[in-house]
Amino acid sequence: MVSRAASTRHSPPIPAGLGRDQLLEIYRYLRLTRVLEERLSALYRQSKVIGGLFRSLGQEGESVASAYALTRGRNQDILSPLIRNLGAMLVMGAAPIEILRQYMAKAESPTHGRELNVHFNDLEKGYLGQISHLGDMIPVMAGIALTFKLRGEPRVGLVYIGDGGTSTGTFHEGLNFAAVQKVPLVVIAEYNRWAYSTPPEKQFAVKDLADKAKGYGVPAVTVDGNDVVAVYDATKFAVERARRGHGVHFIEVKTYRRTGHAEHDDQHYVPKEELDWWAKENDPVDRYVQQVLQNAWAEERELKTIDAEVTAEVNEATDACADEPLPPGESALGGVYAAAPAAPPHWYRTL
Amino acid sequence: MADVTYLEALRQGLWEEMERDEHVFILGEDVGAYGGAFKVTDGFTKRFGEQRVIDTPISEAAIVGAAAGAAHMGMRPVAEMQFIDFISCAYDMLTNYVATARYRAGLATPIVVRGPCGGYVRGGPFHSQNPEAAFFHTPGLKIVYPATARDAKGLIKASIRDDDPVIYLEHKWLYRRIKETLPDGEEILTPIGEARLAREGKDLSIVTYGATVWKSLDAADQLAKDDGLAVEVLDLRTLLPMDDAAIMRTVQKTNKVLIVHEDTRTGGVAGEIAARINEQAFAWLDGPIMRVTAHDVPLPYAPTLEDFVLPQTDDIVKAARWLAAY
Repeated sequence: MVSRAASTRHSPPIPAGLGRDQLLEIYRYLRLTRVLEERLSALYRQSKVIGGLFRSLGQEGESVASAYALTRGRNQDILSPLIRNLGAMLVMGAAPIEILRQYMAKAESPTHGRELNVHFNDLEKGYLGQISHLGDMIPVMAGIALTFKLRGEPRVGLVYIGDGGTSTGTFHEGLNFAAVQKVPLVVIAEYNRWAYSTPPEKQFAVKDLADKAKGYGVPAVTVDGNDVVAVYDATKFAVERARRGHGVHFIEVKTYRRTGHAEHDDQHYVPKEELDWWAKENDPVDRYVQQVLQNAWAEERELKTIDAEVTAEVNEATDACADEPLPPGESALGGVYAAAPAAPPHWYRTL
Repeated sequence: MADVTYLEALRQGLWEEMERDEHVFILGEDVGAYGGAFKVTDGFTKRFGEQRVIDTPISEAAIVGAAAGAAHMGMRPVAEMQFIDFISCAYDMLTNYVATARYRAGLATPIVVRGPCGGYVRGGPFHSQNPEAAFFHTPGLKIVYPATARDAKGLIKASIRDDDPVIYLEHKWLYRRIKETLPDGEEILTPIGEARLAREGKDLSIVTYGATVWKSLDAADQLAKDDGLAVEVLDLRTLLPMDDAAIMRTVQKTNKVLIVHEDTRTGGVAGEIAARINEQAFAWLDGPIMRVTAHDVPLPYAPTLEDFVLPQTDDIVKAARWLAAY
């Protein structure tokens, strides 16, 4: 269990080089992630979400804070999120309506109904959607960071991997490749305790994921993943180090997945007391709010205003797309190749 | 005018594209200082520098994955598999990540994955493979397989310029075995997706690709001499997308088809070609579509075993003779 007291900061000056406006912006993304997921959960129960719904409840803090440490804007840093990094995508500029459309497989979704959930990308804004094969994004992001290096661009790549994902071959091949090539890449390893139903003890024999990275000559730290400011601070350090040409940096964030793998999963394999403890005692959003208010970095009224704005934004996005059509079936055939025309439907479709 | 080998033609094509486009770079195992296991990239580091000829760890998935990431950013990476047998280590990356990227996410991934393939060289089970069928089933990939020096050059150049991911299969038995005069100063670009009529005939068609193009041509010579048969040989050059029109043209001309490939039989490319002929030119056939392929075993090492398993010129002669008499 992560000790809360050890990492809670009480000093009045805002740490990590953050300003008041940034603190409020971070809060906004935390709240937006949670409210948007709650909305998606409601839509899932109404069968409006077509596939599975994957929540990041309890780990929104590290997602938002790590992405927030990047340089954002057109053609700046690029990250590759996992399914529980909705917060990171929102920070990079993905719009709630895009997420809603993706989950509901709408024709107007970023992938026009071809891919699910947060599997989409906008390289100009700075996010590259994952595929379901965990670990694969490490080599791909190593290649993106390699391009930054080859072109002498002061840009950084950031890639997420879960505790289970670190068991894949591509994770190891990619991390080693990136380390040898000394590319500007930051790896955020999310120790969230559960890979579907598999606990870390059945996934690897090290205690900390950071130990794996050290084997590749990559500096690695372990951070309390539910301490938003600490994650931001560690990521900022790693990002700037990579930007200066010092290569890969690995940050393990200890957090906890408070929902099932997806909404269908009832988590019968998790002790209820454990879930209760993380919800009551170690919620990243609650902790952040307490920290901000206790240190008088912002007033409760300001946070309430943000809450209202975020809810209105999600309501508006939902209303705008909930009744949109799905893509027409025949639109499935095009776009496999750059220039080739769409394949014709099979012959019996015209009988 | 100079006689160049298949390998030298490939090397020239790579070199010319590196000179033409600064976005082109090479990555793979031992490609830099050593110049590649078969010396395809010999001298490249000296000319283009370590930044554009990158020696990598033994990590095919990372090589292909990193190439994909770089391609998303506008680069034109050429990834070498030291032997194409090792492409299976990057199967996930190619089929799940690379091949789907444009369709699912609108991402351009213009990479070339190339490497020496094929048998007849006593390479044993892991240095002799023909992996085309494993990727032939994957929408989003292109597969080219040159048989001549001219196409070795023309197809590598076309593959590098193509906006889609291309698997470029180069036959190591052909590397230094065949030579061709390629005019100096001519830009050779072989269009992807177009077959080549390697020999004209009227009695029977052989549809083939890779090293068996040469074995089929030898067989055709022999059949002309011994049997008076005029055998047509179609060199596919590109397997994906396949040139259906060229296949149907030759079927309609000779009405009998023998499909020849070096790869094993079950689930091989020949089965797909036969199905297409059946669907598109059934009425033109005067005999069954027949196959000459490797036997369905891993490729063994001993010369006696390898020669037995792989299709030989004599096999093609006998099969064609049988079909001609049908």
